Order: sequence, then C-alpha cells, then structure tokens
Amino acid sequence: MSEQVSGAATLPAETVAELQELMGRYPQARSALLPMLHLVQSVQGSVTTEGIETCAALLGLSAAEVSGVATFYTMYKRRPMGDHHVGVCTNTLCAVMGGDAIFERLKDHLEVGNDETTADGKVTLEHIECNAACDFAPVLTVNWEFFDQQTPESAVELVDRLRSGDTVTATRGATITSWREAERVLAGFEDGRVDEGPAAAGPSLAGLEIAAERGWKAPDVDQADSKDNEVPTESAEAGAAEADTARAESETVAEESDADVKGGGSDD
Amino acid sequence: MTDTLTPVLSRNWGDDRAWTREAYEAQGGYDALRKAVTLTPDEIVTLVKDSGLRGRGGAGFPTGMKWGFIPQDPETEAGRKPKYLVVNADESEPGTCKDIPLMMASPHTLVEGVIIAAMAIRAEKAFIYVRGEVLHVVRRLRAAAREAAEAGYLGTDVLGSGRTVDLVIHAGAGAYICGEETALLDSLEGRRGQPRLRPPFPAVEGLYASPTVINNVESIASVPSIVSGGIEWFGSMGTEKSKGYTLYSLSGHVARPGQYEAPLGITLRELLELGGGMREGSRLKFWTPGGSSTPLLTAEHLDVPLDYEGVGAAGSMLGTKALQVFDQTTSVVRCVLRWTEFYKHESCGKCTPCREGTWWLVQVLQRIDAGQGREGDIELLLDLCDNILGRSFCALGDGATSPITSAIQYFRDEFEAGMLAPSRELYPPEASMLQRPEVAR
Repeated sequence: MSEQVSGAATLPAETVAELQELMGRYPQARSALLPMLHLVQSVQGSVTTEGIETCAALLGLSAAEVSGVATFYTMYKRRPMGDHHVGVCTNTLCAVMGGDAIFERLKDHLEVGNDETTADGKVTLEHIECNAACDFAPVLTVNWEFFDQQTPESAVELVDRLRSGDTVTATRGATITSWREAERVLAGFEDGRVDEGPAAAGPSLAGLEIAAERGWKAPDVDQADSKDNEVPTESAEAGAAEADTARAESETVAEESDADVKGGGSDD
Repeated sequence: MTDTLTPVLSRNWGDDRAWTREAYEAQGGYDALRKAVTLTPDEIVTLVKDSGLRGRGGAGFPTGMKWGFIPQDPETEAGRKPKYLVVNADESEPGTCKDIPLMMASPHTLVEGVIIAAMAIRAEKAFIYVRGEVLHVVRRLRAAAREAAEAGYLGTDVLGSGRTVDLVIHAGAGAYICGEETALLDSLEGRRGQPRLRPPFPAVEGLYASPTVINNVESIASVPSIVSGGIEWFGSMGTEKSKGYTLYSLSGHVARPGQYEAPLGITLRELLELGGGMREGSRLKFWTPGGSSTPLLTAEHLDVPLDYEGVGAAGSMLGTKALQVFDQTTSVVRCVLRWTEFYKHESCGKCTPCREGTWWLVQVLQRIDAGQGREGDIELLLDLCDNILGRSFCALGDGATSPITSAIQYFRDEFEAGMLAPSRELYPPEASMLQRPEVAR
C-alpha cells in the first residue's frame, strides 16, 4: 500500500491516515474507494479535486478513474452541501401518497430547486428514489435518517427547525447531527449514537401486533419432527443451472374473478 | 395447520433494545451458531439445500444450491482460491422495505446468519453491502459486527472452532443497479456499479475473480432459524415448492400498511383482511406483488397464492413480496411514468437497449401523462418494451418493461385517455394522498 501521497493532495494528515485505515479493511485496497469518498465528503463537504487526487494517489489509480467512480453514485456531491441534506422520496408510491406535494412545497418554501442549497447554507434539498420505507409513506430523510408519514405541513416545520438549529430527532433513528457527520459514519467510523431511537415502530410491527392479539406464532421447534438433528443426508445434486436473476415474464394469465376488497375497516 | 402469521425474523422487533447482543442472546440468539460449529461445512450446505429455502431477494433461486456451486476441490485452481460471502443489503427495488427494518431492529439475526453461511461455503471474509442512504441501519450493523467480534463469534477462532470469519460492513453510495449481484461486486471492488457478462458466474469468478456467494439479507437471516428449527420445522410452513415463512410488505392505500411475516402462499386478500382492508373509501385498483419490476396485478388476483409458483402462474413474479397497493383514485399512467423515470435514471448506461430504450419510454409516457399522447403511442410503447425485454445486459431493462406492458394489458383505456386529457385531470393527485394532521416528532 502506497505511503506517499503525491500531487496536489492537501487533505489533513489524520484524514490520510483514516483513508489508509479504510484501505486496510479489505483484501484489495481499491474496495475501500466508496468508503474513502464518503470520508472525503465528511471532511471537505463535497468530493473535492484534492480528495479525488488523494484517493487516487493512495490507491495507485489515476484521478480520472476515481472521478469516474465518484460521478456514478448519486450520494457523492461535487458542489458544497448545506449543513443538512433533506431528501424527499418521489418514487411512485411515496409520490402518490404525498411525496410530490411535499417536494413542491419545500421547493417553494426554501426557494430552491432540486439538488440546490438554501441561501443561508443550511439545507440542500433533493428528491430521492425509493428508500425502503414504503409502509411509512410518504417518507423524508434528513442526512439519511428516516422521517416517516410526512405531510407538506410537517415537512415545512421540519426544515424550519433544522434551519433555526433546533434539536431534531428522526422518527426511527438518532438525533440529527449534520450531513458531514453522517458521511463519516457511512465511511466506516461509529459515532456512539447506535442506541438512540427504537428497534422498530409503527408499521414495522403491524403483523407482529396482530399475531400477538390473536395468539399466532410460528410452530414450536420441539413439536416438529427433529430428525434434522442427525447428520443430514446428501440432497439431490444441483443441475448445471446457475443462480441468476429470473427474467420477468411478459405473458400474463388473468384469473377471472369479481373479487374485490372494500375499504372502510378500522385498523385497531 | 400453521397459524396465519408466523413471526420468526420479526419475532423480537418489539423487544427492548432488540438490536443489542444482550437482547438477542436473551431470545436464544447465537444458539444456532453454537450448533453450526459442530457441523461440517458440507452438512450445513446440505441442511439448507434440504430445507428448500429459496432466495428472498427476488429471483427465488434455492439458497443451498447456490452455496453448492462454490468449487471446493483443492485439486482445482478455483477450489484453492479464497471464497467470499457477500450479503446484498442494497434494498432499493421500489416498494421493497423488509430488509431495512430487519437490520435496524435485529442486526444480529443477519450477523449470525452470515457467520453460519460463511462457514458453510468456507469463506473467511464476508461483506454486508448495505445501501448508503440508511444511516441508522449502518450504525446498527457496525455495532452488531463489533459486538459479535467481541464475543468471539467473529474473528480468527469462531467459538473456539478454529475457523475464521471476518465481516466488513460496507456502505454503498446511491445506485439502484448495485442491487444487481454482479454490479454489486464491481461496486464492492471500488468501481462503477455495472453488471458483468456471465459466464463466468460469481460462484466461480465473483469478488476479486474468486468464488463468491451473493445472497439477500432475508435469505441469510433465515439460516439461523433453519439450523435451530430443522428442515421439518421450516417445511411445516409454506407450500410444497415454496417452503418456509417470509416477510410481506404492505404499503399504499391500505388501512394498515406494514410488515407481515407469514408462511409462503398467503393471499393478498388474507393479508388485507388482517389489517382491516383498504383504507376508508378505497377500492383496490392495481398492485405489485414484488416491487415495481414485477408485472402489475389487479383485484382479479386477490386470491393468488403469494408464493413463487402462484404469482408466476398469474403472469407476474413473487419478487421481493413488496405489495404496493393503489386504489381507484390513482392514475396508472402517472405511476407507470414515474417508475419508468426511475429506471431511466438508474440505468447504468452499459447496454444500449436499456440506456436508450428507457429514455424513449419516458418521452412517450410523458406526453400520454400530459394528455398529449399521439395515435400509435401505445403500440410504440409495446414495441419499445419488446426491444428491451430479453435484450438487456441485466434484469433492470427487463424490469423496466414490466409495469408498462402489464398496465397496458389491464388499463389500456387509461392510456388511450392520455391522448385527450392529462392524468392529473382524470385522477386529481390530491385524492390519492395520505393526509395526516400530526407533524413529525
């Protein structure tokens, strides 16, 4: 692993040391490039030219190779960011449930467009893709922490509190720090906030709560015939087929039925 | 006869500090690992093969069979190479929201599965590639890996067995395509995340051109329960060809969205009834069985068994069991446009059918959505889809066609209406929104 960082590198020595620490976590140092770029952002506020050149020098790559990686991923920012990154999910389900309206309201309220930063430098607004919280739709993120079941009004209040420096806590997550501190965690360094927030909340527990109400559970292990405690027998050997992502079938067989589910039930 | 809901993975999500090793062990956590270290690697592979566990990330490929593809013969070059286990935690398929709550609530379930799976394929190094946009999940995974190492579950001598398993938590940086397993490998090697040509398959030449298993979070997290419970227990849930339990994720215009863990084969009608049906005033219009890349289904399909075979027979795919439910207020044209914009944005650009095709699909759909569709646009869309499906480098291109062809099949009149009127006039977006007065805390 290269010790000398040549060229225009101007990152602090302790950052270079941490970049090298990340490289040491992988069998091949280049695997650390994504974490390294997260760290560059946390230190410099964006993926800077100096950051790219430092990573390139450490990994023995050209700046163009590192730049080619940095520009592929949407979380890497080439322009200075606000203190906080506010993401509004406008993928289909969140959009329909209110994400589009939230994004429009925030653009108006903050007087910015997509991927732009407010004049006071506090908030960068961006519409984001599905963030895996669809049962909490519509969803916002602040520095990649979840803010669930939002409305245009709640979103405006949230960004106002961020801009005025109030303490803000994620719905399922920790106290909001800053985008740069979040990037440091993503790079690979713990921040001591792991024990904040719940294990799960709301919709995550829907099925579990219904099961508890009705006394449902998975079968007891003891009741099952446990001959598997013996040494397993060899199963039929696999064919030559390879594991691969199945292709979607375009032919659809519709099942004729008038079945429908009417709304109106309570959820308690 | 098993119960309608069978929480296994989600069983401890409501527990106090469920993410800690202490809480996990209090519920029997790491007992499966203690049992697994008494088994040989081949015995673990056989156990998982015989359990019938199939991949929970979309494709449904038998997990144990995937493990069995790893060359282990030291007489061969491939067999002598180091082996790697990579967990695909890049949960990004629109509608899919099961792995993120699992890793946030009980990261040790996944870590225990990782250690067992790594031992089974004789990998000494494992990676969890988690998408970067979920900060708190990354925190919980890092802490769980640290705690597991402190307890001697990870490291150079797992529970005194003499075996080595190291685990790296690796955060991605925002790219849907990295959920595709070979793109994920390129990304994990520090490159642009673009799919690789196969063969060679990852089982032979994966990470660093070494034999590699890539499994979904839920698949790996299911392994400890199979080791503890056994194949009879696992197979007592589910159907003949779709064994076991799984997480169904209900979202959209339903009374009670959320995670429902049930034996494979439950129907959407049953799931909806558990949570009080559709939301007030809503009638089911269309839904995805397993994310936006699986063809849409309608109210006709409420009684389709949600297992690999049942959904396949209905012309779609079980996928990730992401049940996005839309009601009669929703414009299917608007939804299909938005999904298509997503695929266009996320197309990695490597192959022409996907890169150019998704761009043209968006152009046509935009004008239909705006009420300015032209005669022949529906046929043009279908022709474009025909030139993408099966001609793309990876499944992203195929998936991009699914919402379009299925929506035209079931709702062709709505696309025809897009020649005359914008979707926002036909289906005012306000009517579809979730209106909740309370503010975020």
